[in-house]
Amino acid sequence: MPTVMELYKLLPKTNCKKCGESTCMAFAVALLSRKKKVSECTPIIEEMFKKDREKLESLLLPSSGAGETGMIVHTELCTGCSNCVVACPVDVANDPRGAGTGGAPTNDKVIFRVVDGKVVASNIKECRRFGKNRVLCYACIDPCPTGAIEFV
Amino acid sequence: MITCTGCSLLCDDIDVVIENHRIKEVRNACRRGAAKLKGCRNRLRPSIDQTPADIDTSIKRAALILKNARSPMLYGWSNSTCEAQSNGIKLAKKLNAIIDDTSSFCQGLLIEKVLKKKFRACSLDDVKNKADVLVYWGSDAQDSQPRHLSRFSYFPRGESRQRGYEEDRIAIAIDVRESNTAKICKGHFYRIPLKGDREFILSLTGALSGKVPKHDAKRILELADIMKKAEFGAIFVGIGLTYSIKDDVDILVALGDMLPNFHILPMVGHYNMRGFNEALFKETGFVNRVRFDSTAVHENKYAIVEALKQKSIDALLVTGSDPLSCLPGSMISYLASIPVICIDPCVTLTSKISKITIPSAVSGIESGGSAVRMDGKVIELSGIVENNYLADTEILSRIMEEL
Repeated sequence: MPTVMELYKLLPKTNCKKCGESTCMAFAVALLSRKKKVSECTPIIEEMFKKDREKLESLLLPSSGAGETGMIVHTELCTGCSNCVVACPVDVANDPRGAGTGGAPTNDKVIFRVVDGKVVASNIKECRRFGKNRVLCYACIDPCPTGAIEFV
Repeated sequence: MITCTGCSLLCDDIDVVIENHRIKEVRNACRRGAAKLKGCRNRLRPSIDQTPADIDTSIKRAALILKNARSPMLYGWSNSTCEAQSNGIKLAKKLNAIIDDTSSFCQGLLIEKVLKKKFRACSLDDVKNKADVLVYWGSDAQDSQPRHLSRFSYFPRGESRQRGYEEDRIAIAIDVRESNTAKICKGHFYRIPLKGDREFILSLTGALSGKVPKHDAKRILELADIMKKAEFGAIFVGIGLTYSIKDDVDILVALGDMLPNFHILPMVGHYNMRGFNEALFKETGFVNRVRFDSTAVHENKYAIVEALKQKSIDALLVTGSDPLSCLPGSMISYLASIPVICIDPCVTLTSKISKITIPSAVSGIESGGSAVRMDGKVIELSGIVENNYLADTEILSRIMEEL
């Protein structure tokens, strides 16, 4: 994923405030957290910024498929090992005798389940990275050696 | 719930959706298991000399070839049910044939030690409920048995390990490369040079008895300390370690003796390799490489690799394996000059050069039976998809009848 500075460098840097943010740096932060879209920056639509706009869009492309919590599952990298299913604290709390003990999930409250050898995320609003009291949880990223789960 | 036959973990918590006599969706199985359960794209057809034939004629011709052979060999068995394996042993006895399986160049050496009770072994359920120190040695379980860490060893919460991997367990990887398993073990990964396992075992044995190792002393002493303090430890021995110390397995036995709380478990690849080893051990006292005469004779020359090298066999029956895809090219060239009978559900490299091909049902999906998990627990397989194929057990019985 790109950094805020990488995005900022491609913006017009005029601090015109037309997007509603106070500075271009603030707009870059909003772009990264997917609160704003590139098209909301009025000056960048001009012809002279065409190259920058295209680069910006290509940099943000990987995060376009992210869910509400910013989670992306790269199914091509997933081996279906279920490490994330068992390690996720929400899965353990919601299904202590199924997913919590290493078995198959026994109810629908779990976030991760493996279908056709690839992990599928559901109940995404239960994720600890979501909502008012969100925390920066790494429980599903750490046990994945192939890097199939990513948050943007 | 069905049992997956993708690897020797035999996960029995798999859900499937069946449509038109075929598995459409697999839930809870890893990628390897899901691919196996979905079946093969190219089904094998019965044939004689590469020309299509009906199954009865194929079976009759197979029996004739085996009957007329001077020194036939029955090989494979790692992907067959226990019932088929027991029929295979009976057939070998009847033919006075050589019988061998993939364990002769895999984990047979260690399984023999486990069956002879030279190692302290335990079940995978014990590991899940009790183990606090897990050592993956020469094994990349994350790729070979993908659900090993999540279902039995590192991640799950067990009876005495309620906090699972977060606080209660330590996973250690000893390997020549940073495998995916080693990536999970992070701070406890010990990289050793190729063939360096023997030296590492000796250093560790020394460190356990208080000697300071010559190389990497700090880390080896740290490892020895973790292992000494373990309440219930398990060493998962992969093929990497087995190949490296195959001439001197006793040093591993000695290491096991120095660690009273540790258990040694060989990491088996194919789903029922241990089943064959146990069945043959019960029958003859050996796990592989056996020739039946008036008694069972065990010799190295009866291993598939040696037999092909010495060109000592004149017919080969292959079931539940694909020797052409796993043996060196220089050895398998001999297979083209002898009659090969292949019993398999799918088209394989071996089936392409076989004189006789006999299609069978996919065990665990189209035909039931039982199989032995890597820790020795017998797991039932269910035949859930209706089909017209004969199970390998029935094919072997019919060959025996034809004899």
